[in-house]
Amino acid sequence: MSERVGVYVCHCGSNIAGVVDVEDVSRWAGENLDDVVVSRDYKFMCSSLGQELIEDDIKKEGLTRVVVAACSPHLHERTFRRACASAGLNPYLFQMASIREQVSWTTQDKAAATAKSKAMIAGAVERVKLHQALEPNEVPVNPNTLVVGGGIAGIQAALELADAGYQVHLVEREPSIGGHMAQFDKTFPTLDCAACILTPKMSDVGNHPNINLLSYSEVEEVSGYVGNFRARVRKKARYVNEADCTGCGICIDKCPKKVVDEVFEAGLGYRKAIYRPFPQAVPKFPVIDRESCIYFERGTCKACEKFCPTNAIDFEQQDTALDLAVGNIILATGYDLFDSRKIPQYGYGRLANVYTSLEFERLCNASGPTEGKIVLRDGVTQPKSVAIIHCVGSRDKRHNTHCSAICCMGALKFGHLVMEKTGAEVYSFYIDMRPLHKGYEEFYDRLLEEGMHFIRGRVAEVTDAARQPGEEGKLIVQAEDTLLGMQRRVPVDMVILMAALQPRADAKDVGLQFGISCSMAGWFTERHPKLDPVATMTDGVFIAGTCQGPKDIPDTVSQGAAAAARVQGMIAVGSVEVEPVVATIHEERCSGCRICNNLCPFNAIDFLQDKAVSYVNAALCKGCGTCVAACPAGAISGAHFSNEQIFAEISGLLYDVVRGNGAKALLPVEVPA
Amino acid sequence: MRYAYYPGCSLGRSAWPYDASTRAVSEALGLELVEVDDWNCCGASEYFSLNKTAAYALVARNLALAARQDGLKQLLAPCSMCYLNLRKTDHYMGKYPKLGKTTNAALAAGGLNYTPGSLEVRHLLDAVVNDVGLEAIAAKVTQPLAGLRVACYYGCLMVRPEFNGSSFDDPEYPIQLDRLMQALGAEVVDFPLKAHCCGGHMTQISADTAFELIRRLLHNAAEYQADLIVTVCPMCQLNLDAYQPQVNRHFKTDYHIPVLYFTQMIGLALGMAPERLGVGGEFVSAAEALAKIGETFEVAPAGAPARRKRDEKALPMPGQKGEA
Repeated sequence: MSERVGVYVCHCGSNIAGVVDVEDVSRWAGENLDDVVVSRDYKFMCSSLGQELIEDDIKKEGLTRVVVAACSPHLHERTFRRACASAGLNPYLFQMASIREQVSWTTQDKAAATAKSKAMIAGAVERVKLHQALEPNEVPVNPNTLVVGGGIAGIQAALELADAGYQVHLVEREPSIGGHMAQFDKTFPTLDCAACILTPKMSDVGNHPNINLLSYSEVEEVSGYVGNFRARVRKKARYVNEADCTGCGICIDKCPKKVVDEVFEAGLGYRKAIYRPFPQAVPKFPVIDRESCIYFERGTCKACEKFCPTNAIDFEQQDTALDLAVGNIILATGYDLFDSRKIPQYGYGRLANVYTSLEFERLCNASGPTEGKIVLRDGVTQPKSVAIIHCVGSRDKRHNTHCSAICCMGALKFGHLVMEKTGAEVYSFYIDMRPLHKGYEEFYDRLLEEGMHFIRGRVAEVTDAARQPGEEGKLIVQAEDTLLGMQRRVPVDMVILMAALQPRADAKDVGLQFGISCSMAGWFTERHPKLDPVATMTDGVFIAGTCQGPKDIPDTVSQGAAAAARVQGMIAVGSVEVEPVVATIHEERCSGCRICNNLCPFNAIDFLQDKAVSYVNAALCKGCGTCVAACPAGAISGAHFSNEQIFAEISGLLYDVVRGNGAKALLPVEVPA
Repeated sequence: MRYAYYPGCSLGRSAWPYDASTRAVSEALGLELVEVDDWNCCGASEYFSLNKTAAYALVARNLALAARQDGLKQLLAPCSMCYLNLRKTDHYMGKYPKLGKTTNAALAAGGLNYTPGSLEVRHLLDAVVNDVGLEAIAAKVTQPLAGLRVACYYGCLMVRPEFNGSSFDDPEYPIQLDRLMQALGAEVVDFPLKAHCCGGHMTQISADTAFELIRRLLHNAAEYQADLIVTVCPMCQLNLDAYQPQVNRHFKTDYHIPVLYFTQMIGLALGMAPERLGVGGEFVSAAEALAKIGETFEVAPAGAPARRKRDEKALPMPGQKGEA
């Protein structure tokens, strides 16, 4: 019995119809392609009316196969599958021909576009006739969630889920949660102190019955699939027993070893060998830094142990491994600050009074190394003039092409703080001012009112080589003022570099570990840049905050909450449908060569030792077909992508050749000479 | 290590100590330099703004000549201007096929042709630092330059522009010469103006502008108490050295900072006689500075090439007086 195929050609307004002669295409398909019993064109196939058209035809004309020629399947395959299903047709007996992305958007040549659309529809028709009815698999969703990264994004996500009544494992690499936000002094544009708004959330995390906080820990291995992940977490030895420690801090007072704190104090302050990064740290338990501890170096000291009132110090503690079973994962791993030494002409690391933005946050912070006094590197002198350089390592082809999104506002904030605390003159050297969000432009206006100086021009260099009177002993900032059209040399006491936000140095490895991809630069790639910003192409793995791209605190918090909402949706449904478009290995033909094992980008293929054959985990398989093509024995078949289906599609695409009509068969009759 | 060597016009005359020291040092370091046969001027800084086709053809002729010499893949230029022009021509002939075609059409008149990318144009400093390597050089040092405070001056053309990131050093704040001088045992002072302009040919067009640029450099080196300035470019050396007395007169200053080539410094550290390296040929004598490392030498060494003889049939130049 032959199939009854319906073909539907979409105009997509003028997106397709502007280039492709859709009426001609639809008429041609109806008249020339075998088994096509209905062929229509319609303004918007994806509209309810368009879908109803298909549903009616399935019922009235008894269609057994449907082809829609429209946009990319990425956008509307799901829509039309649903339409088929609601009319009682198995949704996998449907095929889409992408005549927008692959035809009308790629050319202005109407004749060629029309011919190619016909070929693609012919391919789809030949293919769909060989489609098989498939049923999606359903797997249960574990209601526990793993959140990686305890900055404000991870904190927000964890709290949202925990408050909704679900169990969360929050893994943080550093001894305390809080992330970059905990290092900041004030937050723009409202100037409320970062700690004041952050620490309540941090202690909520610390005390929440639904949150298992794993600080000073790292995820080592991830396996499984949506709804059923397993994660191995290594809890690094703190050398402090959390059960006994009261967090009194005597050990820190008594520790004789002081080292530069390169993480929390951004290298601008000191900490002890046993330390808590900052007073409000969560958890409150200190950590012994093995690298700098005198006992670990020389075998004596143990001052902390001697003075600990609860005997909580344990030098014998070892790293421990934890295995967690979770249904969903939220990655909120944050950003690294650009290394300003890479722009040597700005003098960072060479000229003492050049600071990075993060150093200045600590300088300004009341709990920082100077207790909030803004001073030069000598620790005493207040600056009388300060230059702030924007876009250091951002919007720069040599380093990062992106805009770091927060530096303009950060610079305005710094300008305000410098003027308020020291009365110094502040010069901001910017390329463009980008105060984008709510209340930001008003903050910019406020700083203009307050008398901050704005010079539009990228700084050429910061130098201590004086040239003119008044420059001796100063840092001279040279830039072309592009509004005045002249070179300016501004002598100042202090320079602040607004360093770029960069992807974490290990972002690509982390992406690989969790099976998600990164952009060329190293930001995690979202499922859709506009419409699905917190999901990834891997089901069950979500991203939030600056690991996805530079953003400020409000945007970061929104993403944390959004990712949590997506996870809650998964948990609420309780099960997830897994695409049946997967590969299957025919055991009797598999030689056990294992070539496919390492090729699979989704780690979906296991090797069954007992049977000596490979096996595809259907829940993990994305149906990409890599293994199908690679198998030397032809032992793997891809559902929905069988050889017969592919060959049928190709023969349809080559309609004109197969029918012996030459290349002109598909062209409209009136071709201009 | 075998290279085609393009000395450039300066090294034939005013910068003869650069040429002498380059040849002496390259031999000691195992750099085999094969001089490009029948090379011509690179056009320096001005010609490109006068006649583009002629300027590119002028440079490309050297590339074509070097490329057809037996199996040489790398072309070394000691002069920053020559280096830039050679590199620029190679780069743009490849990037803009139309330009490549026009240039090759011009070369065809002389029976030559150049395929862009067939040579790698490199600065002498690049080859010394990266091919010979600092460790190998340090191992050969017999007279460390200990106690000598040197300001490393790169000028503007050696590392700029980048041409798709192909510079061998940071274009804004280069450090390779600093590393080399440290390997020779010298004390390298901070020299913030290390990649600023020396004025180039502005001494001929607007002396006041050039003098101010030269003064800044001298002042900055003096501020950091440098005993001498080390350069990688004959133009920089000429401006800082030969014009130093004039700059002093102009600004009523009293700078006395000798300016030597990096190849001369290598030679001294390898124990070569100063005279062989052309040391003493500079206007501002390096005698006092080099006495710090125990070097003594004749102030006006023999070895400066005689002025090229004029063609006997040539007519006198306007204003020329006396003996022909």
